[in-house]
Amino acid sequence: MGQTVIEKIFSAHSKDEVKPGNIIWLDLDVRSARDFAGANVVGNLRKNYPEKSKFENKEKTVFTFDCVIPANNLGYAENQQTIRVFAEEEGIKLYDSEWGIGSHVLIEDGYSLPGTTTVGTDSHLNIMGCIGAFGQGMGDQDIAFGMKAGKTWFEVPPTMKIIIEGELKAPCSAKDITLAVIRKLTSKGSLGKAIEFEGKAIDNLSLPGRITLSSMVTEMGGIVGFIPPSDEVLKYCKERAKTDFTPQYADEDAKYVEEVVVDISDLRPLIAKPFKPDNVVEVESLEKDNIHVHSGFIGSCTNGRYADMKVAVDMLRDKEVAPKTVLKIVPATRRVLGDMIANNDLQVLFDARTVVSNPGCAGCASGQIGMTGKGEIQVSTGNRNFKGKQGSGMTYLCSPETVTASSIAGKIISPDNL
Amino acid sequence: MEKPITLKGRAVVIRDSSGKPIDDVDTDMIFHNRYLHIIDINEMGQYALDNLDDWKDFAKTTKKGDIVFFGANFGSGSSRQQAVDCFTALGVQALVAKSYGAIYKRNAINAGMPIIQSAIIDDKSLIETGDEVEVNLKTGMIKNLSKKKEHSNRGMSKVQMDIYKAGDLFAYAKNL
Repeated sequence: MGQTVIEKIFSAHSKDEVKPGNIIWLDLDVRSARDFAGANVVGNLRKNYPEKSKFENKEKTVFTFDCVIPANNLGYAENQQTIRVFAEEEGIKLYDSEWGIGSHVLIEDGYSLPGTTTVGTDSHLNIMGCIGAFGQGMGDQDIAFGMKAGKTWFEVPPTMKIIIEGELKAPCSAKDITLAVIRKLTSKGSLGKAIEFEGKAIDNLSLPGRITLSSMVTEMGGIVGFIPPSDEVLKYCKERAKTDFTPQYADEDAKYVEEVVVDISDLRPLIAKPFKPDNVVEVESLEKDNIHVHSGFIGSCTNGRYADMKVAVDMLRDKEVAPKTVLKIVPATRRVLGDMIANNDLQVLFDARTVVSNPGCAGCASGQIGMTGKGEIQVSTGNRNFKGKQGSGMTYLCSPETVTASSIAGKIISPDNL
Repeated sequence: MEKPITLKGRAVVIRDSSGKPIDDVDTDMIFHNRYLHIIDINEMGQYALDNLDDWKDFAKTTKKGDIVFFGANFGSGSSRQQAVDCFTALGVQALVAKSYGAIYKRNAINAGMPIIQSAIIDDKSLIETGDEVEVNLKTGMIKNLSKKKEHSNRGMSKVQMDIYKAGDLFAYAKNL
């Protein structure tokens, strides 16, 4: 019988029978922990495995700092130092405070590859679906075990198919497709299921767009959302790969529990109102309310790639952010920042009066930049707008285009109405 | 000591005062977040289900060796381990629910708490609080010795069984 993508990846990583509902032992290609929960992972390892060397495949274990970098409070500083000491003792790779968002670094540095399995303490690690790989966030005990054992148990989820019909047209971008899917599914629409995305508009997405869509499967309730790797994605991964890899595609006769069609032919820029990611409306529907934007944030694992930064740069050239608005721009990784420097983008962003910070999760993780105060209205390219998530203000989620347009106008506005 | 495959004990069936199974019992109803600072398992039992209507006295009325039956989506919500450990602290032998929240299920299995998925709670003629029941973890069969009835279910998976037999996830990992 034909298999879906997750069934094929699992079959290649397990001796057990892979079918929905079965619990299997899953071999882990990459085991990671970040500065959030990473110190607990270290604590669990020290307590349960007091012997000196704890890992057999150290090259598969990675620590990344991204939540609060550099640490700006004692708790994070101490947790990070705990990890540093442990990584040094064990000879494990650590991406310290300069590198940026761990999930992105794992792709950039060729750890996570099409068809592979990655676990870590980041609840958005299912972002790996963007390269056709399995990724999963887990608790600190689970990750400590996975690092030691090189495997974890997992219940094979059923797979649903989401077919995107129609073509993506400016000023809409991958974030608008993503919000359109969430609007249709709601936050429970794919609960406990894997997703496979399909359609011409999906095939045409570049890697940054795929990252955006896959990163918000968590907000759809899904386990992971796969996008079949394109030639561009395969080339990107191959150039960086630390190991060989075998991309997996669904069989023709694979079985799906559900098919959902999302038509984007008439898609307009979308925005998720506070305090739920599935509280999605058209940006234009808010324009008449003249909602003053106190702050904008462009970044996060959802929209922190160079292509996202470039949207802001191109829109802000010879322009300025509105007088009573602050626009915060945070590249996802050091490499993204490197591209911005090489292309002289920082001058444009400086002249436009934006705040640009070092790479990281920033506002999404109560990080080094991007918190909001009571009554503050923020437009953000992040993935969650829950109450209290980014401070006590109100966060609207939208595309980099909409954030930039709204920051220039000083009010929530569709990019083509600027 | 070898862990038993067949568990025998008194059934406690979590239905509301009108007799309907209570669905969506979340982790705040099982072990409220005001107790999250508690890390000593021996202190956890007293707070089990104390935020669940009709069952606030659960900790006082439950007995060591009880097998507790729940409705659908049991343990949805946060990842707190205490929501599993509070039952262990009371000596509850096993949990049976119509379905589980995904993280709760992982936590229970990792902690070596035997859990079975079964819709038996839907039928009052099959199970009521106080009945003597026998649960076979391998086959999933639930025998109601008081009512002389049987209900078949899916047994625990091999992985779940391995972790249960070892004690917990970390004990299991020591033998790898």
